[in-house]
Amino acid sequence: MSSVGIVSPQSHYFDQPIDLACGRTLPAYELVYETYGQLNADASNAVLICHALSGHHHAAGRHHPDDKHPGWWDAYIGPGKPIDTNKFFVVSLNNIGGCHGSTGPTSINPDTGKPWGADFPPLRCRDWVNTQYRLMQLLHIEQWAAVIGGSLGGMQAMRWSLMYPECVRHCVVIASAMKLSTQNIAFNEVARQAILSDPEFHDGHYLEHNTLPKQGLRLARMVGHITYLSEDGMKEKFGRELKTGSLDLGHSDEAEFQIESYLRYQGDSFSTAFDANSYILMTKALDMFDLANDYGDDPVAAFKGALCDYLIVSFTTDWRFSPQRSREIVNAMIAAHKPVSYAEIDANFGHDAFLIPHSRYETVLRNYLQRIVKENEDKSCA
Amino acid sequence: MRLDLQLIPQWIKQNTNVLDLGCGDGKLLSVLTRTKNVYGLGVEIDSEQISLCIAEGLNVVEQDLNDGLSNFENDSFDTVVMTHALQTLRNPHLVLDEMLRIGKECIVTFPNFGHWRCRLYLMLKGRMPVSKFLPYSWYDTPNIHFCTIRDFDALCHEKNIKIKHRVVVAGESTDGLLTRLCPNLFGLTAVYHISK
Repeated sequence: MSSVGIVSPQSHYFDQPIDLACGRTLPAYELVYETYGQLNADASNAVLICHALSGHHHAAGRHHPDDKHPGWWDAYIGPGKPIDTNKFFVVSLNNIGGCHGSTGPTSINPDTGKPWGADFPPLRCRDWVNTQYRLMQLLHIEQWAAVIGGSLGGMQAMRWSLMYPECVRHCVVIASAMKLSTQNIAFNEVARQAILSDPEFHDGHYLEHNTLPKQGLRLARMVGHITYLSEDGMKEKFGRELKTGSLDLGHSDEAEFQIESYLRYQGDSFSTAFDANSYILMTKALDMFDLANDYGDDPVAAFKGALCDYLIVSFTTDWRFSPQRSREIVNAMIAAHKPVSYAEIDANFGHDAFLIPHSRYETVLRNYLQRIVKENEDKSCA
Repeated sequence: MRLDLQLIPQWIKQNTNVLDLGCGDGKLLSVLTRTKNVYGLGVEIDSEQISLCIAEGLNVVEQDLNDGLSNFENDSFDTVVMTHALQTLRNPHLVLDEMLRIGKECIVTFPNFGHWRCRLYLMLKGRMPVSKFLPYSWYDTPNIHFCTIRDFDALCHEKNIKIKHRVVVAGESTDGLLTRLCPNLFGLTAVYHISK
């Protein structure tokens, strides 16, 4: 299997204001996105990828030949891969509120001429769907063959199917939930408090102080990483291996476990690569997501209006978005008599499993996407 | 297609909802979707079979029938089908109750352990029957609750289950003289169309 190769992000400035769920209006915004594959003549092969908490537009391929890592979902997007770019035109964007080029807290607030910082409006999943809808129009697509997302991305995918039912033919929801569990909100709050209590945070206006709340963001990410892995997965990957020092008697050097080193490395690199306000905004959007809230808290009523087919996928060791959360989605869809398939993948890497190559997961995704290709071919023959 | 599966479509109405418990690779659902335009949903536990269903464009949900079916609402399907899975269940009678709760009608098929070959095998060899149709050894078999046609009739009677139709399959035919005269002795597979 090959890669989509060298890709270049594109961007578009949307100059029409957009009303946000919080009641405020964003006068204009920029969206950064990448596309892989070719849009076919009747624009029926377009797939939208919705990213998760720390994701962005760069889902596949490399920006430069010497990039150390490819895009975050390169294992699944590319020629001959489950989301086959020989068949599909794949669109992946950075959501507003993010920090990888689309308008967000690090952008300049036109009213003040300074970075938005903590003044950036709070966002909800539906705001992202609305901005993605405008991107869809920009690309001359009337209906997505599929909207696909994992975790927070899965929430956007589900919201798409409810807000713009006629624009979604298939909806793939991976390791997601109709609303976060109490425990999930608790973890997010610890992460936020780590950031808020960093003296460099300056009420979210650190950029004006030419500093970054690196320690806070680092801690937030370390906590996050623990929860994205399963206990077994962590044991398998790191065990009690030491990076330095020794457990033998007579050694005074402090022993450092591999897991400590891993968490520090992840925390360190994230603390400068991600924006703290974006992190707070994204975790808040996660906490606030409640699919059935405006359907009388009845998910069956919520899904009644959907017109797409659904594929729901969960991972056995994922305890942040456990299989039970996915089964709740599936059961609501069954009760609403919606076409739905569900696979519970036996994978060892907790919530992270949705990003990691796994043969059954690949087969399920591949078979589902192939089915969409077949439907498209049948339709064009008819 | 297996003969018991060929018999089922006659009892399925156009444009109805069908739940297939233990749907396997989805052959039956595929036929019903194509010929009867049903909204079909399969429940399956085997990951490879699930992948095959997905490739076929069928709706399939990964779920263990032994964990119950409480996620399905009362009378939410026109027909609930379960082919060749009854004998693999931990509590077949409870699953049967659940099927009748979820479906307005149900169709159940199972291998008949009362078939003369099984009886003869056990009588002559004194060992648990192993055949082309039931190729497992007693200690390593998915089939943990075998029953005979007479057993199933008795269970239906006990539970006040209405038997709308019963067809007994022997080899390649369904209406041989011997199967009509003595279904429990000559039937290989039993096909029951039942309701509350």
